[in-house]
Amino acid sequence: MSRRRRTTGDRPPWALVPLAAVALAFVAVPFVALIQRVPWSALPELLREPVVTDALRLSLVSAFSATGLSLLFGVPLAWMLARTDVPGRGFLRGLVVLPMVLPPVVGGAALLFAFGRFGLLGGPLFDATGILLPFSFSGVVFANTFVAMPFLIVTVEAGLRAADRRYEEAAATLGAGRWTVFRRITVPMAAPSIIAGAVLCWARALGEFGATITFAGNLQGRTQTMPLAIFLDLESGGADRESAIALSLILVAVSLAVLIPLRDRWLAA
Amino acid sequence: MRRGWSRSLLAVLAGTLVLAAACGGDDDKSDTSGNAGATETTASGVDGSITVFAAASLTDAFGDIKEAFEKENPGAEVTFNFAGSSALKEQILQGAPADVFASANQSNMDPVKDAGKASDDKVFVTNKLEIGVPKGNPGKVTGLDAFGIDNLRIGLCAEDVPCGEFGREALENAGVTPKPDTEEADVRALLTKVQSGDLDAGLVYTTDVLAGGDQVEGIEIPADQNVIAKYPIAALSGSKESATADAFVAFVLSPDGQKLLEKRGFTPAA
Repeated sequence: MSRRRRTTGDRPPWALVPLAAVALAFVAVPFVALIQRVPWSALPELLREPVVTDALRLSLVSAFSATGLSLLFGVPLAWMLARTDVPGRGFLRGLVVLPMVLPPVVGGAALLFAFGRFGLLGGPLFDATGILLPFSFSGVVFANTFVAMPFLIVTVEAGLRAADRRYEEAAATLGAGRWTVFRRITVPMAAPSIIAGAVLCWARALGEFGATITFAGNLQGRTQTMPLAIFLDLESGGADRESAIALSLILVAVSLAVLIPLRDRWLAA
Repeated sequence: MRRGWSRSLLAVLAGTLVLAAACGGDDDKSDTSGNAGATETTASGVDGSITVFAAASLTDAFGDIKEAFEKENPGAEVTFNFAGSSALKEQILQGAPADVFASANQSNMDPVKDAGKASDDKVFVTNKLEIGVPKGNPGKVTGLDAFGIDNLRIGLCAEDVPCGEFGREALENAGVTPKPDTEEADVRALLTKVQSGDLDAGLVYTTDVLAGGDQVEGIEIPADQNVIAKYPIAALSGSKESATADAFVAFVLSPDGQKLLEKRGFTPAA
């Protein structure tokens, strides 16, 4: 494996070029439009405002927590889906990606019915322990995980399916236990897809809005993440509109700061 | 190789030009279909389809109004965009295609008028605040003082939404410093969380308590603490179906329209 996989001098078939240009422009133009609206002079002051620092902190902590939880529970599930013959696997696979196709607001409502005060599990949980997930930071992490974990599972499952099984078989014939094979062979071989999946999951969690506001509500310093703060500022207009645009820029910058180094690393792996 | 690249470059340039042209096309608003107003006001009333931007608290009442209005004007079609009034105001100012705007407060109507998007507005109903609690009142809420209690789960509307603005005013009248667990983006989102029992209390409108049905109980707020919300309505000047828009506003202000609004808990004001 070479460290740099750049293929130099590949000339594209001419038909691809305009199409690629359209794709690039389609992604780039809205960002240019956003940046052009940024009130640069107000930016340093905005960055010191408690609303902004609270939202930024909550967004980062919740996105990383959701990614951690997704890795802990999602990778084992991806393995089960890729490697075992559990009955109804097709159905399970559909179930797992359901949060990807569900409108996030619907996901948030479903979470409320499941984990709310009178929810399927939330009711008994509250009666037994007094713990309530809605309107709490844990609720934000729940909503983020619910919406973002499928991205990790799908990516890791695809990676596991594409992996060469012979290394695992060889290790097993040499006497390695199943856990050792998983830990020493499967995970390292699937590492690129695990990293890619984690990055997708993190990015999706960072931008999560609908499920969060529906399930966890909106309160500065407790459940108001960046997308929620941006949405409310954008809605009220006026000077708040400017701060919404500045907040969007900060969110974009933070995402890029995390994604670009990771992307390079996983492409090089 | 060189020639190939220059051709590719040309293609990129061409693509960019096409895009630029497409972007430029957005600006010219030359498509004035001038005959829209001329053919209207036939014997059977107005026709054409209009979009009404209305405060979230009007959801049910305007549903009834639409039904009656379309019955009276078989050629007309009304579609709605319900949201918090501040969001609607913002959408209208950004050029959203709206024909009528019904706001839950004056402070979201005024910027629309200032921007020249509406000339005259009329207050068509009033509404007052009420404390919404889930069925059975599990938090044993009796008045506004509940909103300052730490271990109750209470919700308000966000500050810029009318119900949030009025709610804070009422709490101030009552001398209560609120400790909300959530500040919802519009009143219906707040009502939903009271309905599900996840909030012990939410400060909503009288009409929302009514709309909440069996699952929500209302606790009245004393008149000296309460705030009266005045709802203004206006046909918007950019409307392509201005006759229909005017007719809709007139219907809302008419005795028939007022009766429908009253049935949903509003106080007629026209």
